[in-house]
Amino acid sequence: MCTYQTERVTIQGSGKGTKGWFPVTDATVYFDHPVDAPMEHSLNIDFLNPSLGPSARVAVELDRESAAALSRAIGEMLASTSD
Amino acid sequence: MQGDLRAETTWLEGFGGDRIEAYLAEPLDQRPTGAMVVIHHMPGYDEGTKEITRRFAAEGYLAICPNLYTREAPGASPDDAAAAARALGGVPDERLVGDVAACVDKLRQMPQSNGRVGVIGYCSGGRQTFLAACSLPLQAAVDCYGAFVVGTPPASSPLKVGPIADKAPDLSCPLLGLFGADDQHPSPAEVQELDSILTAAGKAHEFHSYDGAGHAFFSTDRPSFRPEAAKDGWQRIWAFLAANLSA
Repeated sequence: MCTYQTERVTIQGSGKGTKGWFPVTDATVYFDHPVDAPMEHSLNIDFLNPSLGPSARVAVELDRESAAALSRAIGEMLASTSD
Repeated sequence: MQGDLRAETTWLEGFGGDRIEAYLAEPLDQRPTGAMVVIHHMPGYDEGTKEITRRFAAEGYLAICPNLYTREAPGASPDDAAAAARALGGVPDERLVGDVAACVDKLRQMPQSNGRVGVIGYCSGGRQTFLAACSLPLQAAVDCYGAFVVGTPPASSPLKVGPIADKAPDLSCPLLGLFGADDQHPSPAEVQELDSILTAAGKAHEFHSYDGAGHAFFSTDRPSFRPEAAKDGWQRIWAFLAANLSA
């Protein structure tokens, strides 16, 4: 993982990990070598809850186009709806 | 050399007296031999790194790989551990040196040891290899595409690491450097700068940069794998260790 650039965000919500749902408190976003996705680099997002330990993590690894499409979709959805 | 070996998880007293996990591989041949500390890449203490550790034993060297993320993520899967360590800023330099020192002591105390120990590291482990070789009395060091020996991480990086090229006068052993010409961390310019610093310091070193290869060209389970560069790199490693770890 070697671009080393990382954005960190404090978040509030829930994620579903290997042991079921848990509250997520932090997210890290980085463009780096993936662990699993078959590509040289990927946009990686970790949804975390450090207080529950390292395994309290939901991870995704996306190619650049997918990440951009996802980002657009989130922005459009938020813009067109309200609480 | 038959390639017969034994490999197992062991535990050491690392920096600060902390108990750390490590993967130990040893050739079954009982002849006196040199030893290697294998420093894993930033993605962690994973199967690929354990495979590399076994490869040294198959070649006749004692080898040990410490799990540098033991403290942050005991028992976690390697990718979860790496994510946790990344979010916390990576491995502090002082702790790394203490953990490697524990590995070196363990290796030198083994009955087959000829007393000569080297260190090899990949990715972030490349920088840590340089750090260890400037901090501990060793006989060989192999830096595989380690970034930020010269140069600094991006401002957005959570990693609490900085350049360490000023330690070059303290380098205790010959250094073999293996790099990808397409890599940006370290970039070819940074590799050249380190080369010049070591030359100016009068330190024995041998650098090779492979065209058509970028970062992590040794990683057989990643798209970055470049078989020609990796094959040549391994041959250079074996020659380097034969020259520096033989009694």
